[in-house]
Amino acid sequence: MTDTANSATAAPEGEADGENETRRDFLLIATATVGAIGAGLAAWPFIDSMNPAADVRALASTDVDLSAIEEGQAITVVWRGKPVFIRRRTIGEIEAARAVDLGDLPDPQSDEERVQKPEWLVTLGICTHLGCIPLGQRSADPRGDFDGWFCPCHGSHYDTSGRIRKGPAPRNLDIPTYTFVDDETIRIG
Amino acid sequence: MHRFLITALAGAALMAASATQAAETPEAPAHDWSFTGLFGTYDRDALRRGFQVYKEVCSSCHAMKRVAYRNLGSIGFSGGEIAEIAAEYEVEDGPDEDGEMFFRPARPADRFVSPFENEAAARAANGGAYPLDLSLIVKAREGGADYIRALLVGYRDEPPEGFELNVGMYYNDYFPGHQIAMPAPMVEDQVEYEDGTPATIEQMAEDVTVFMTWAASPEMEARKNMGISVLIFLVVLTGMLYALKRQIWSDVH
Amino acid sequence: MTTRTWNNPIIRWIDYRLPVFSFMDHHLVDYPTPKNLSYWWNFGSLAGITLVIMIATGVFLAMHYTPHVDYAFDSVERIMRDVNYGWLIRYLHMNGASMFFLVVYIHMFRALYYGSYKAPREILWIVGVLILFAMMATAFVGYVLPWGQMSFWAATVITNLFSAIPLVGESIVTWLWGGFSVDNPTLNRFFSLHYLLPFVIFGLVFVHLWALHVHRSNNPLGIDTKGPQDTIPFHPYYTIKDAFGLGAFMIFYLGFVFFAPDFFGEAINYEPANPLVTPPHIVPEWYFLPYYAILRSIDFDIWFVSAKLIGVIAMFASIAVLFFLPWLDRSPVRSARFRPIYKQFFWIFFLVCILLGVVGKHPPNDPVFGGVEWFQYIHLGKITTAYYFLHFLVIIPLIGWLERPRPLPESISTPVTRRGLAAEGTA
Repeated sequence: MTDTANSATAAPEGEADGENETRRDFLLIATATVGAIGAGLAAWPFIDSMNPAADVRALASTDVDLSAIEEGQAITVVWRGKPVFIRRRTIGEIEAARAVDLGDLPDPQSDEERVQKPEWLVTLGICTHLGCIPLGQRSADPRGDFDGWFCPCHGSHYDTSGRIRKGPAPRNLDIPTYTFVDDETIRIG
Repeated sequence: MHRFLITALAGAALMAASATQAAETPEAPAHDWSFTGLFGTYDRDALRRGFQVYKEVCSSCHAMKRVAYRNLGSIGFSGGEIAEIAAEYEVEDGPDEDGEMFFRPARPADRFVSPFENEAAARAANGGAYPLDLSLIVKAREGGADYIRALLVGYRDEPPEGFELNVGMYYNDYFPGHQIAMPAPMVEDQVEYEDGTPATIEQMAEDVTVFMTWAASPEMEARKNMGISVLIFLVVLTGMLYALKRQIWSDVH
Repeated sequence: MTTRTWNNPIIRWIDYRLPVFSFMDHHLVDYPTPKNLSYWWNFGSLAGITLVIMIATGVFLAMHYTPHVDYAFDSVERIMRDVNYGWLIRYLHMNGASMFFLVVYIHMFRALYYGSYKAPREILWIVGVLILFAMMATAFVGYVLPWGQMSFWAATVITNLFSAIPLVGESIVTWLWGGFSVDNPTLNRFFSLHYLLPFVIFGLVFVHLWALHVHRSNNPLGIDTKGPQDTIPFHPYYTIKDAFGLGAFMIFYLGFVFFAPDFFGEAINYEPANPLVTPPHIVPEWYFLPYYAILRSIDFDIWFVSAKLIGVIAMFASIAVLFFLPWLDRSPVRSARFRPIYKQFFWIFFLVCILLGVVGKHPPNDPVFGGVEWFQYIHLGKITTAYYFLHFLVIIPLIGWLERPRPLPESISTPVTRRGLAAEGTA
């Protein structure tokens, strides 16, 4: 638009008096600028309409009852349309997670930073590589070389703290925000 | 020629006007609302009182299922108040681990809980009449807020002489045909307003109409605000375009 | 096509292989345009822009809309309440439909007044009528999508028009519905068509412009351009004039969107569709009212042909007759400025179209004037319907034959440079 408009002034009638030309150029540039700003602003409602709507944003928390989970078991719950892994870890798993030298980790993070109560590991069940769901929730699943989770898509291995240990994933499994409502209930989100 | 055209158009306009007058039911009197006009906004106190009237009077029969408890935030309720209001209601959720549906207290994200499961249940409880959902009623009726308010205050204890009222119907000045299945919904002092406003029928009707207008057009204030800036912008831009047009065309004869 | 050399090497490289820049230069920049076009010539470009606005807003609405009888109304209300700026996009689309018809109708009346449909622009005109037809189909199926009371009953009434066709009518209606009433299959296919048809319109607009650029714009004098002295380049003269017109139009359009968004709508369409209850007074959107009036005006059988069938035929004929207009009007003079008799009848015709709209808005048996019971809208409808066809089939051919047009100016630049247009126009 502005591009074609600029060649406009060079149109046929040409070399009148220079002052007049300058005034017209100024008005042209000013008008084109205001028009371009308007067009830019008008685009925003359309772009924003594709962001999560108010009702979607409002449904952002889920309560989970933990009482039925035995030690060593895990459940998967859905939060914002995504799986959340909740594992009740055994003493052995906790110790294994805490014995690791942080220097050996691709994404160094201590287990203490990743849990609120050592027994309960809550992570997003989404591989940080390209978004597949890692295996390891059911007892029959392969859990990878580090006894945590194994992503079958591209072979990422996670440990008992959900940290990436081997494979292409760049980060540890993400931790959603959650709070303990009481000893046996957490609220995710 | 042009004069002829103008006369003819005026004639057409007259015809349109006379046809409206011919309608049987009297037109609802225009009320002075705070939300009309270019800069009109909803009166926050009236909205709050209106919600109270809806909640304590209307909501026993009428649903408002397109409004969510969280929306009350935009008429001045705090997050805590909203959670409390929502928790007074129960919504069905589930299935749980055993595959059973269960009831839980409503949360701010839930839409207003309807008084009846479905239309059949609503009809069964109301002698065959269906209390409409009120979410959009102000937009869904010719005359809008004026009509709704007039309807609420337009009841007469006795129909005028010679008017045959069917069994189970009530006489209303403004309802088309005058026979309405909804009994006069409000009595004097039916609610006790927090702000001490006397709860006359007129007052309650006005307040609840403001609330229903908001429920139907919650975007109105944002819309008008944006409209003012957009129109000012466009007037400036169009003025500049006109100046530029004059300049560019100055050499054409 | 004149070839122009481009200084910028990248533009030259592209243009040598795909001459988009030459094309734009030829059709939007250097394009010679009559120098005397009035503001009535703005409405073509406005219609094009409105089409683009409708497609853009429609695409975003479709991202949130659910074409299912159980969810359609709710999903539209969700757009209005929960989707960010959903109310804005929806109101732009709703009012945009009215604006599109308004702009196109003005564009058409301009063509009627200045004889723009005459040789050699017959195909240009015919494609234009096809665009109107496609717009009507699009608007109709689009109106059904919110699945309100008026949506549902409009769908029912209009699809039932086809039942007037002898023998196969009922089967056609069932076929249109995909069931035995307007229901979920109907809504689904209407959504599909509503997404498709605008692109058909877009294609037709391209053909319309193609035809336009062969013999170029008509002008208020209705005479051909005689040479370079009669034209000016499209850019910057008409780009800026169109831009100014667009600004003024947007003020009008957005005034409705922001301050009276439901002005053109029917209140009852904010009530969800109820297949068991017809609203007491069903009317189409304003842009269909004249056709609706014509449809309802035929309440009598002719021989063995039912009133219903004649009504439907009359309604379609009211548009079909436009296809033949270039041949019904035999006058060699285009512009009504030089056709004193046609000019009078043009305004009468314009008024009749408005009256048809008024008739379409009112119940047929309401009296037109307060106290006069015997003169009802149905009667006014019959008179105006008869006149509508009389105008095209009798009056226009007769005027072409009887009228003595005023002398035409020699060229566009003559009257402009000499005494001026004003004297010529009002004399």
